[in-house]
Amino acid sequence: MVAENVAFGILAAAMAVSALGMVRTKNVVHGALFLVVVLAGGAAQFILLGAEFVAWVQVLVYIGAVVVLFLFGIMLTRDPMRAGEPLDNDLRWPGAAAALLLAGMLGLALVDAFGEKKIELAGPTLNRAITSAIFRTYVIPFEIAGVLLLAALIGAVVLARKD
Amino acid sequence: MMLNQFLLLGAFLFCTGVYGALTRRNSVMVLMSVELMLAAVNTNLVAFSAYRGGDVAGQVFVLFVITIAAAEVGVGLAIVLLIYRNLRSSDLDDVDVLKG
Repeated sequence: MVAENVAFGILAAAMAVSALGMVRTKNVVHGALFLVVVLAGGAAQFILLGAEFVAWVQVLVYIGAVVVLFLFGIMLTRDPMRAGEPLDNDLRWPGAAAALLLAGMLGLALVDAFGEKKIELAGPTLNRAITSAIFRTYVIPFEIAGVLLLAALIGAVVLARKD
Repeated sequence: MMLNQFLLLGAFLFCTGVYGALTRRNSVMVLMSVELMLAAVNTNLVAFSAYRGGDVAGQVFVLFVITIAAAEVGVGLAIVLLIYRNLRSSDLDDVDVLKG
Protein backbone atom coordinates (compact mmCIF):
# COMPACT_ATOMS: atom_id res chain seq x y z
CA MET A 1 0.00 0.00 0.00
CA VAL A 2 2.82 2.38 0.92
CA ALA A 3 4.86 1.28 -2.09
CA GLU A 4 1.96 2.13 -4.39
CA ASN A 5 1.68 5.62 -2.97
CA VAL A 6 5.43 6.20 -3.20
CA ALA A 7 5.40 5.06 -6.84
CA PHE A 8 2.44 7.33 -7.51
CA GLY A 9 4.22 10.29 -5.93
CA ILE A 10 7.41 9.83 -7.93
CA LEU A 11 5.49 9.37 -11.21
CA ALA A 12 3.16 12.28 -10.52
CA ALA A 13 6.07 14.60 -9.73
CA ALA A 14 7.89 13.59 -12.92
CA MET A 15 4.72 14.05 -14.98
CA ALA A 16 3.91 17.45 -13.48
CA VAL A 17 7.46 18.78 -13.96
CA SER A 18 7.57 17.49 -17.55
CA ALA A 19 4.14 18.94 -18.36
CA LEU A 20 5.25 22.35 -17.10
CA GLY A 21 8.49 21.96 -19.03
CA MET A 22 6.52 21.16 -22.16
CA VAL A 23 4.48 24.35 -22.03
CA ARG A 24 7.43 26.51 -20.99
CA THR A 25 10.32 25.24 -23.12
CA LYS A 26 11.85 27.39 -25.83
CA ASN A 27 12.77 24.42 -28.03
CA VAL A 28 10.08 22.51 -29.91
CA VAL A 29 12.01 19.23 -29.93
CA HIS A 30 12.48 19.43 -26.17
CA GLY A 31 8.72 19.92 -25.92
CA ALA A 32 8.15 16.66 -27.78
CA LEU A 33 10.59 14.85 -25.49
CA PHE A 34 8.85 16.27 -22.40
CA LEU A 35 5.60 14.94 -23.87
CA VAL A 36 7.21 11.48 -24.05
CA VAL A 37 7.98 11.64 -20.31
CA VAL A 38 4.40 12.68 -19.49
CA LEU A 39 2.90 9.90 -21.61
CA ALA A 40 5.27 7.26 -20.24
CA GLY A 41 4.39 8.38 -16.71
CA GLY A 42 0.73 8.06 -17.66
CA ALA A 43 1.33 4.51 -18.88
CA ALA A 44 3.04 3.68 -15.58
CA GLN A 45 0.03 5.11 -13.70
CA PHE A 46 -2.23 2.83 -15.76
CA ILE A 47 -0.14 -0.19 -14.69
CA LEU A 48 -0.43 1.04 -11.09
CA LEU A 49 -4.22 0.98 -11.57
CA GLY A 50 -4.17 -2.54 -13.02
CA ALA A 51 -4.89 -1.50 -16.61
CA GLU A 52 -1.98 -3.21 -18.35
CA PHE A 53 -3.48 -3.46 -21.82
CA VAL A 54 -4.28 0.25 -21.95
CA ALA A 55 -0.80 1.05 -20.64
CA TRP A 56 0.92 -0.82 -23.46
CA VAL A 57 -1.44 0.63 -26.06
CA GLN A 58 -0.48 4.04 -24.72
CA VAL A 59 3.23 3.20 -25.09
CA LEU A 60 2.82 1.77 -28.60
CA VAL A 61 0.40 4.28 -30.08
CA TYR A 62 1.20 7.50 -28.23
CA ILE A 63 4.93 7.26 -27.63
CA GLY A 64 5.67 5.04 -30.62
CA ALA A 65 3.52 6.65 -33.28
CA VAL A 66 2.05 10.02 -32.26
CA VAL A 67 5.28 11.50 -30.87
CA VAL A 68 7.19 10.33 -33.96
CA LEU A 69 4.52 12.05 -36.05
CA PHE A 70 5.05 15.21 -33.98
CA LEU A 71 8.79 15.04 -34.56
CA PHE A 72 8.18 14.69 -38.30
CA GLY A 73 5.86 17.69 -38.15
CA ILE A 74 8.52 19.72 -36.34
CA MET A 75 11.24 18.73 -38.80
CA LEU A 76 9.05 19.54 -41.81
CA THR A 77 7.85 22.94 -40.65
CA ARG A 78 10.72 24.47 -38.72
CA ASP A 79 14.45 24.15 -38.56
CA PRO A 80 14.83 22.71 -35.05
CA MET A 81 18.44 23.81 -34.67
CA ARG A 82 17.59 27.44 -35.35
CA ALA A 83 16.31 28.90 -32.09
CA GLY A 84 14.91 32.07 -33.56
CA GLU A 85 11.43 33.48 -33.11
CA PRO A 86 9.67 33.10 -29.75
CA LEU A 87 7.24 30.21 -29.27
CA ASP A 88 4.78 32.05 -27.03
CA ASN A 89 2.23 34.69 -27.99
CA ASP A 90 1.46 37.65 -25.73
CA LEU A 91 -1.40 35.87 -23.93
CA ARG A 92 0.88 34.49 -21.23
CA TRP A 93 -0.80 36.11 -18.22
CA PRO A 94 -4.43 35.73 -19.39
CA GLY A 95 -3.63 32.11 -20.28
CA ALA A 96 -2.09 31.48 -16.87
CA ALA A 97 -5.09 33.13 -15.18
CA ALA A 98 -7.53 30.96 -17.15
CA ALA A 99 -5.58 27.78 -16.38
CA LEU A 100 -5.31 28.65 -12.67
CA LEU A 101 -9.02 29.45 -12.47
CA LEU A 102 -9.87 26.13 -14.13
CA ALA A 103 -7.45 24.28 -11.83
CA GLY A 104 -9.00 25.91 -8.77
CA MET A 105 -12.55 25.07 -9.78
CA LEU A 106 -11.68 21.49 -10.77
CA GLY A 107 -9.70 20.97 -7.57
CA LEU A 108 -12.49 22.27 -5.34
CA ALA A 109 -15.12 20.21 -7.16
CA LEU A 110 -13.02 17.03 -7.00
CA VAL A 111 -12.14 17.41 -3.31
CA ASP A 112 -15.78 18.13 -2.53
CA ALA A 113 -17.13 15.20 -4.55
CA PHE A 114 -14.54 12.44 -4.09
CA GLY A 115 -12.65 13.50 -0.95
CA GLU A 116 -12.95 10.23 0.96
CA LYS A 117 -13.22 7.67 -1.86
CA LYS A 118 -10.59 4.93 -1.95
CA ILE A 119 -9.55 2.65 -4.82
CA GLU A 120 -9.66 -1.02 -3.80
CA LEU A 121 -7.77 -2.83 -6.54
CA ALA A 122 -9.15 -6.28 -7.34
CA GLY A 123 -6.07 -7.35 -9.31
CA PRO A 124 -5.13 -6.44 -12.87
CA THR A 125 -7.82 -6.24 -15.53
CA LEU A 126 -7.61 -9.28 -17.79
CA ASN A 127 -7.04 -8.71 -21.50
CA ARG A 128 -9.83 -11.22 -22.06
CA ALA A 129 -12.33 -8.92 -20.36
CA ILE A 130 -11.27 -5.88 -22.43
CA THR A 131 -11.25 -7.67 -25.76
CA SER A 132 -14.59 -9.34 -25.17
CA ALA A 133 -16.03 -5.94 -24.23
CA ILE A 134 -14.63 -4.41 -27.44
CA PHE A 135 -15.83 -7.19 -29.72
CA ARG A 136 -19.22 -7.74 -28.07
CA THR A 137 -20.59 -4.68 -26.29
CA TYR A 138 -18.68 -2.01 -28.21
CA VAL A 139 -18.33 -3.65 -31.61
CA ILE A 140 -20.21 -0.93 -33.51
CA PRO A 141 -18.15 1.95 -32.04
CA PHE A 142 -15.06 -0.16 -32.78
CA GLU A 143 -16.00 -0.49 -36.45
CA ILE A 144 -16.86 3.21 -36.66
CA ALA A 145 -13.45 4.04 -35.16
CA GLY A 146 -11.84 1.89 -37.85
CA VAL A 147 -13.70 3.74 -40.62
CA LEU A 148 -12.80 7.06 -38.98
CA LEU A 149 -9.10 6.13 -38.94
CA LEU A 150 -9.28 5.20 -42.61
CA ALA A 151 -11.00 8.50 -43.44
CA ALA A 152 -8.40 10.43 -41.44
CA LEU A 153 -5.59 8.58 -43.20
CA ILE A 154 -6.97 9.34 -46.67
CA GLY A 155 -7.70 12.93 -45.66
CA ALA A 156 -4.16 13.44 -44.34
CA VAL A 157 -2.66 12.03 -47.54
CA VAL A 158 -4.88 14.22 -49.72
CA LEU A 159 -4.09 17.34 -47.68
CA ALA A 160 -0.35 16.84 -47.47
CA ARG A 161 0.16 15.68 -51.06
CA LYS A 162 1.96 18.02 -53.43
CA ASP A 163 -0.16 18.48 -56.53
CA MET B 1 -4.75 4.63 -2.89
CA MET B 2 -7.21 7.48 -2.88
CA LEU B 3 -9.30 8.12 -5.97
CA ASN B 4 -8.63 11.83 -5.70
CA GLN B 5 -4.88 11.64 -6.18
CA PHE B 6 -5.38 10.42 -9.74
CA LEU B 7 -8.19 12.87 -10.44
CA LEU B 8 -6.17 15.83 -9.15
CA LEU B 9 -3.16 14.76 -11.22
CA GLY B 10 -5.42 14.59 -14.25
CA ALA B 11 -6.87 18.03 -13.48
CA PHE B 12 -3.36 19.49 -13.14
CA LEU B 13 -2.21 18.00 -16.46
CA PHE B 14 -5.41 19.22 -18.14
CA CYS B 15 -4.90 22.78 -16.90
CA THR B 16 -1.28 22.69 -18.03
CA GLY B 17 -2.50 21.62 -21.47
CA VAL B 18 -5.04 24.48 -21.49
CA TYR B 19 -2.27 26.94 -20.66
CA GLY B 20 -0.08 25.54 -23.44
CA ALA B 21 -2.90 25.59 -26.00
CA LEU B 22 -3.69 29.22 -25.13
CA THR B 23 -0.17 30.62 -25.04
CA ARG B 24 1.75 28.78 -27.75
CA ARG B 25 2.22 30.38 -31.14
CA ASN B 26 3.77 27.40 -32.87
CA SER B 27 1.00 25.23 -34.26
CA VAL B 28 2.78 21.93 -33.54
CA MET B 29 3.14 22.96 -29.90
CA VAL B 30 -0.60 23.72 -29.73
CA LEU B 31 -1.35 20.21 -31.03
CA MET B 32 1.00 18.76 -28.43
CA SER B 33 -0.84 20.66 -25.68
CA VAL B 34 -4.12 19.19 -26.94
CA GLU B 35 -2.55 15.73 -26.69
CA LEU B 36 -1.57 16.53 -23.10
CA MET B 37 -5.20 17.37 -22.31
CA LEU B 38 -6.39 14.09 -23.85
CA ALA B 39 -3.82 12.12 -21.84
CA ALA B 40 -5.05 13.83 -18.67
CA VAL B 41 -8.62 12.76 -19.44
CA ASN B 42 -7.42 9.17 -19.97
CA THR B 43 -5.94 9.18 -16.46
CA ASN B 44 -9.37 10.07 -15.09
CA LEU B 45 -11.12 7.35 -17.08
CA VAL B 46 -8.74 4.61 -15.92
CA ALA B 47 -8.93 5.84 -12.32
CA PHE B 48 -12.73 5.59 -12.35
CA SER B 49 -12.47 2.17 -13.99
CA ALA B 50 -10.28 0.95 -11.12
CA TYR B 51 -12.56 2.65 -8.58
CA ARG B 52 -15.51 0.65 -9.89
CA GLY B 53 -13.60 -2.59 -9.31
CA GLY B 54 -11.98 -2.97 -12.73
CA ASP B 55 -14.98 -1.96 -14.84
CA VAL B 56 -13.74 -2.41 -18.41
CA ALA B 57 -16.00 0.32 -19.87
CA GLY B 58 -13.59 3.04 -18.79
CA GLN B 59 -10.59 1.26 -20.27
CA VAL B 60 -12.37 0.59 -23.58
CA PHE B 61 -13.21 4.28 -23.68
CA VAL B 62 -9.53 5.13 -23.22
CA LEU B 63 -8.69 2.95 -26.22
CA PHE B 64 -11.22 4.88 -28.30
CA VAL B 65 -9.83 8.20 -27.09
CA ILE B 66 -6.32 7.10 -28.10
CA THR B 67 -7.62 6.11 -31.55
CA ILE B 68 -9.37 9.43 -32.09
CA ALA B 69 -6.29 11.29 -30.83
CA ALA B 70 -4.11 9.50 -33.38
CA ALA B 71 -6.54 10.41 -36.18
CA GLU B 72 -6.66 14.00 -34.94
CA VAL B 73 -2.88 14.35 -34.91
CA GLY B 74 -2.60 12.88 -38.41
CA VAL B 75 -5.08 15.31 -39.94
CA GLY B 76 -3.85 18.20 -37.77
CA LEU B 77 -0.24 17.81 -38.84
CA ALA B 78 -1.30 17.52 -42.49
CA ILE B 79 -3.11 20.86 -42.11
CA VAL B 80 -0.07 22.39 -40.38
CA LEU B 81 2.10 21.18 -43.25
CA LEU B 82 -0.29 22.68 -45.78
CA ILE B 83 -0.31 26.03 -43.94
CA TYR B 84 3.47 25.98 -43.80
CA ARG B 85 3.67 25.27 -47.52
CA ASN B 86 1.36 28.17 -48.34
CA LEU B 87 2.48 30.77 -45.79
CA ARG B 88 6.09 29.68 -45.11
CA SER B 89 5.30 29.82 -41.40
CA SER B 90 4.00 27.53 -38.66
CA ASP B 91 3.03 30.52 -36.53
CA LEU B 92 -0.68 30.59 -35.70
CA ASP B 93 -0.68 34.42 -35.56
CA ASP B 94 0.08 34.47 -39.30
CA VAL B 95 -3.06 32.46 -40.11
CA ASP B 96 -5.52 35.37 -40.22
CA VAL B 97 -6.94 35.15 -43.75
CA LEU B 98 -10.51 34.93 -42.43
CA LYS B 99 -10.04 38.01 -40.25
CA GLY B 100 -11.08 40.34 -43.09
